[in-house]
Amino acid sequence: MTGRLATVGLRITHSIPVILGVVVVSFLLTRALPGDPAVYFAGPAADAASIAQIRTALGLDKPLPEQFLIYATDVLRGDFGQSISTGQPVSEDLANRLPASLELTLTALLLSCAIAIPIGVLAATRPGSAVDHLCRILVTAGVSLPTFFTGVVLIYVFYYLLGIAPSPLGRLDFIYIEPDHVTGFYLIDAAIAGDWETWLAALKQLVLPAVTLALFTLAPLARMTRAAMLSALSSDYIRTARASGLTDNKVLFTYAFRNALLPVITTLGMVFSFTLGANVLVEKVFAWPGIGSYAVEALVVSDYAAVQGFVLAMALLFVALNLIIDLTYSMIDPRIGFEAK
Amino acid sequence: MLQKIQHKDAKIAIEVLTKADHREVLGKGSSPSITKGTKMTYETSRRGFLTGAGATALGVSVLPFLKVLPASAAGSDVVVAVTGQTINSLDIHRSGTNRPSYQVAVNVYDRLVSFGTKTLEDGSLSYDYSVIEPEAAESWEFADDGMAIVFKLRPEGKFQDGSPITAADVKWSFDRAVSVGGFPTVQMKAGSLEKPEQFEVVDDFTFKINLLRKSKLTLPDLAVPVPMIINSKVALEHATEDDPWATEYLHKNPAGSGAFKVAAWKPGEQLVYERNDNWTSGPVPAVKRVVLREVPSPATRRALLERGDVNMSFNMPNKDAKELSSADDITVATTPVENAIYCLCPNLSFEPFKDKKVRQAIAWSVPYEDVFQTAAYGRGAPMWGGAGSSPEEIAWPQKFPYSTDLDKAKALLEEAGLGGGFEVPLSISLSQADWMEPTALLIQENLAKIGIKATIEKIPGANWRTASLVEKRLPLHLETFGGWLNYPCYYFFWAYLEGHLFNSSNYRNEEIETLTAETLHMSVEDPEYAPKIKRMIEIAWDEVPRIALWQPALNVGTREVAGYEYWFHRQLDVRGLKKA
Repeated sequence: MTGRLATVGLRITHSIPVILGVVVVSFLLTRALPGDPAVYFAGPAADAASIAQIRTALGLDKPLPEQFLIYATDVLRGDFGQSISTGQPVSEDLANRLPASLELTLTALLLSCAIAIPIGVLAATRPGSAVDHLCRILVTAGVSLPTFFTGVVLIYVFYYLLGIAPSPLGRLDFIYIEPDHVTGFYLIDAAIAGDWETWLAALKQLVLPAVTLALFTLAPLARMTRAAMLSALSSDYIRTARASGLTDNKVLFTYAFRNALLPVITTLGMVFSFTLGANVLVEKVFAWPGIGSYAVEALVVSDYAAVQGFVLAMALLFVALNLIIDLTYSMIDPRIGFEAK
Repeated sequence: MLQKIQHKDAKIAIEVLTKADHREVLGKGSSPSITKGTKMTYETSRRGFLTGAGATALGVSVLPFLKVLPASAAGSDVVVAVTGQTINSLDIHRSGTNRPSYQVAVNVYDRLVSFGTKTLEDGSLSYDYSVIEPEAAESWEFADDGMAIVFKLRPEGKFQDGSPITAADVKWSFDRAVSVGGFPTVQMKAGSLEKPEQFEVVDDFTFKINLLRKSKLTLPDLAVPVPMIINSKVALEHATEDDPWATEYLHKNPAGSGAFKVAAWKPGEQLVYERNDNWTSGPVPAVKRVVLREVPSPATRRALLERGDVNMSFNMPNKDAKELSSADDITVATTPVENAIYCLCPNLSFEPFKDKKVRQAIAWSVPYEDVFQTAAYGRGAPMWGGAGSSPEEIAWPQKFPYSTDLDKAKALLEEAGLGGGFEVPLSISLSQADWMEPTALLIQENLAKIGIKATIEKIPGANWRTASLVEKRLPLHLETFGGWLNYPCYYFFWAYLEGHLFNSSNYRNEEIETLTAETLHMSVEDPEYAPKIKRMIEIAWDEVPRIALWQPALNVGTREVAGYEYWFHRQLDVRGLKKA
């Protein structure tokens, strides 16, 4: 166990160069973006003098290396700077919006795993059957329907026509006040506060966007599960297991499924990180105050601090995620020697 | 900030709620234990927050919080509005404050004066540019030589914290507006309000502005959102050496005297206004709370309005406005934006456009009607097909004397020696692609018919301003200037004078330079004013450095709400709203 902890520590130190690289690259890339934030934020009627004034106020008149030095020292102190477009410190913005995105993405992934993995397994065990075809349809639909389209259709049907879903007004309907901030996840915070009415309201708001995202993320997961299960089921050790007279369930879950899980976990990790940043469209449609729309809006107005903060936060998240996935590997498959890496 | 407000609310809640109310609000039978008492009250106030705390009709207004009800049922004094834009600051003077945030200055702060209200032909309300009304000032008069204005403040005037509005507050606020730089300073300058020395405190309730020049723009410029009156006592408490104007504090904590207070603000999500029951600068508003939710997707905003879950959709796309205007329960107010024109601008720094005939040829080739119907869905006012080459009146904008006539366009090109045509990029901004793209495509099609090969160049939104307005390097492009102060000379000042920001055509005409300088500050009543303006319009028509396409409109859909009023600043003024 101590060995494992030491490796985790080692892995974290290994990620330091990555983080440093991200800091440098995100700084340089934002500067290379077209657009001049000073001009943008000076307002429509600004003259050259007031643009220059803004430029000084934003510190953009200093040479690049000096700007970078200031930025790097600030980041070391945990200060991500001030977003000019939202007018809030970037760390505060991220702290507000990251939980919103995580809550949505995690719920969606749980949902899609709950559907995709059983369907994938069933499809693999009964190739050519109705389940297999259903799996194929789901996969094709999930991949080919863009999220904003699914989102709008779901709103149209469940909110506009049927009136079952609550108004798509973000994380909570306007008549509820958000629960006290503990984790930033409304479901968890409301539960901690014991405020079940708000909890239910937050859940209701979450259903449509989560289903939208789940439909989208379901496809790669179901496909991967099916393929991995198929190859596992056709492998020698399964034949041996069957020949040894083990029960179907034992063969399927202990031997085949466990082996098939590795690529599924890998895909899950990729889908997760991809979705977190890429669900901008879902966020827009459901007025979800997530991190994706934040980053896009910041990019559009060349809001350097916000973009850098976003990239850095995502990089940290990726490092953490990779670590977790690697740990999960070694848990699922003892052959993978985590310590050796 | 939210936390603080909640605590404040909690305090009010303790005052007004009886124990029975607690139970009713919470919907739980058990009475709160003593140790949990404060926490319970706190909960209550959070729940009762939107209609609740301090409400006299509490019994009725707590009901919606027991179950989810649509906005229409959220109480007769709560209005829910949706908008697609983010309010990023509560202080209009801060650098980086975006346009949607200007409404906070309007609703939460007062100015010395305001504009009147008039009813438009279609029955909707609009501010009235010709009438200046008292707001925080009860009266004013010009000095005998016309070089100073003396304002008498209302002696009963109070800020939201109860302290009196004094001349010192006005001076501090004006000093701030002319000193912080950026947009507020530029806007103040438009009214010849340029340096702190101009502002003088005569006594507690008398404030004097010494004028640099006599200008008709000074008084109207005091009624725009920028010269708002800030509670200087509060602001100065939070000012530091690095931040003498308390920009950090006022950015998140308004200190005004306006009709509404900000009860909650979460950028990217919502802003909640709560009525200031002791407003001293006008009649206390009819609605108690206005919840402004940010919903980026126009389709979602439309669904919310159609379903009746919100009372108002501000700044709707033209397409939705057109389609919803026939709906029974929804009233769509479409108000042409004053002093604004969507233009096609040939840039005179580039060779073929130096010739007036080429510019005229383009003006004759634009398919105006198609553009107006396709890009604007017919919302707004046509700016083509005017009669005669010199204007009858000084109204601005008015129809340009061009229409679609390809033969005339071809003939003009022949005359200019360009019968064989030429190639030119037609630039549009990606962030305004909703109207620019269809417009550009239709123009491109017609230009091809007269031999001009236009290729559409899409420029990212963040770059657009720099390219089109600052560097003025786009040969042929679309442009959208609109002026807050509703005078033709003001439009000309920004859009036709050489080097000025919105003159993206690099146009220069000696006569217009002189005439604009002469008319800018001149009184409209001056007998010389009208002839000079007519001459300016005549030149602008003949030389067409800006080819007018149409006058854009602001669409606002309302449902069960009356009293929406159009303002030149194109932001939501919630002060006059009433639940119908």
